[in-house]
Amino acid sequence: MLSPADSHQPSAPPLAGNAAAGPTALCRAAGLSLAALARLLSGASVRWVASQPDTCQRVYFANHTSHLDAIVIWSSLPQAVRELTRPVAAKDYWSRGVVRRWLAQEVFNAILIDRTDIKVHQSPVDLMLREVGSTKSLIVFPEGSRSVTGEIGEFKSGLYYLAKKRPEIELVPVHIDNLNRVLPRGEFLPVPLLSCISFGPPLWLERGEAKLDFLDRARRAVIALKE
Amino acid sequence: MNDIRTIALITGVLTLLTAATAVGQFLKRHPDRGLDPAAVNTFNLRLRGWWIMCTVLAAAFWLGTTATVVLFGLVSFWALREFITLTPTRKGDHRALFWVFFLFTPLHYVLVGLNRYDIFSVFLPVYATLFVLARVAFAGDYKRFLERTAKIQAGLVVCVYCLSFAPALLQIQIAGAAPAGRSANFRLLFFLILLVQFADCMQYVWSRMLGRRLVAPTVSSNRTWEGLLGSATSTALLAAVLWWAAPPFEPWQAALAGFVIAIMGFAGGMTMSAIKRDRGVKDYGTLVVGHGGVLDRIDSMCFAAPVFYHITLLVAGAAP
Repeated sequence: MLSPADSHQPSAPPLAGNAAAGPTALCRAAGLSLAALARLLSGASVRWVASQPDTCQRVYFANHTSHLDAIVIWSSLPQAVRELTRPVAAKDYWSRGVVRRWLAQEVFNAILIDRTDIKVHQSPVDLMLREVGSTKSLIVFPEGSRSVTGEIGEFKSGLYYLAKKRPEIELVPVHIDNLNRVLPRGEFLPVPLLSCISFGPPLWLERGEAKLDFLDRARRAVIALKE
Repeated sequence: MNDIRTIALITGVLTLLTAATAVGQFLKRHPDRGLDPAAVNTFNLRLRGWWIMCTVLAAAFWLGTTATVVLFGLVSFWALREFITLTPTRKGDHRALFWVFFLFTPLHYVLVGLNRYDIFSVFLPVYATLFVLARVAFAGDYKRFLERTAKIQAGLVVCVYCLSFAPALLQIQIAGAAPAGRSANFRLLFFLILLVQFADCMQYVWSRMLGRRLVAPTVSSNRTWEGLLGSATSTALLAAVLWWAAPPFEPWQAALAGFVIAIMGFAGGMTMSAIKRDRGVKDYGTLVVGHGGVLDRIDSMCFAAPVFYHITLLVAGAAP
């Protein structure tokens, strides 16, 4: 379970967004109540399979089934871990409207990625790594968009480049079960069924491992949590 | 709730639970008594469940009729959640399910709370059914249409409609009982819950002791005809002994009610086993178990409550 990043404590210096005391208290309260609401609505039971919650620097990568995914994973983490964890979300969805933008930026402290306008000198991976610094963790969905059929699609290469540039970060597979029935693609009213979030044992990029091999291994790690 | 019968009933149950807990703890500490440790563990888990059930029920009774109706409403909501999670649905069912959860279930309990028997007795079986059929049709997905709508319908009837007859017992007018205190009605509900739990236990005990012929080996590997008969007889006996607790009943009527409650409870258990078997415990079984499995706890109650309600109505000879 040890990794070079283990030395980082939760009391790490606060990054952007935590400067003023007033909005932070409000955002914390909003965050806590939203986490509780998300847990209640999705009836999520949380399993840690051969792994433990930890405040060390991690990338949680999960299958993508619903708009609720990021919120539910985020709320499944213990409070101390949650405060250090930033979801990666699509800019085109999360910057639309005042409420969504406020939620994404202030409450979830999300990193918004522009899916439509990816530049070479401003790659999403560089942006993510710059934003997380040496303390924060990430929640990513390597499939890129929500699955229509419920099958777990091929992973995009971002996860590989993340692992290559920061090989010491723990990559934790996460499997989300049944959340696509709570809020399927194209629906806005949730049905309060029970879902299950499974966190698996961390993995790392092996020395000299080819991109496709690594992505396939990561994808199979998520699928393996289905049982 | 300050009459002698209620106090006697509550004291009796508390004494029984305390004694059982003492025995359970003793068996846990002394595993050398030749008893199956798994059975002892199950027994202790069951007991813990009953303590929780008793505490919550006592709180609801103390707070009054409305609180009890709300409590049963929440239990129904959670049970329906487990039921629908267990059964596969398609995307075309999503909107229908939304209204089932957030409109029909709460509204039904509001009608129960208002004692509108004339409406709540048809609201879910007729109007919710029509709505679900039409809403799924409007969604445009005709694949296995009847199968899907039947699943939603079965969930609503078992988890919501049937269970709601338990708190509806609080609204029955009993001749001779003071309408203000309503402690007689609370005793009726308590009587039902006690008998259902007792019948469950007796079924287990008789099946283990004398069980030979399984009712349906493919559905349940521990429910036997001997268990059913033994449980029905012992529950009838207990009901006859406790007849004084259930206001409108003569001893023989109470015994008959107990007999029917045990059989209905058994039927409920069998039904839920069949559904779980069909889904394969692997699927969402683990998930529901992690949540304590409300549906597992109330399956017998769901089947027994409406029958007991109507027996009481018949015996009391009054409109609800």
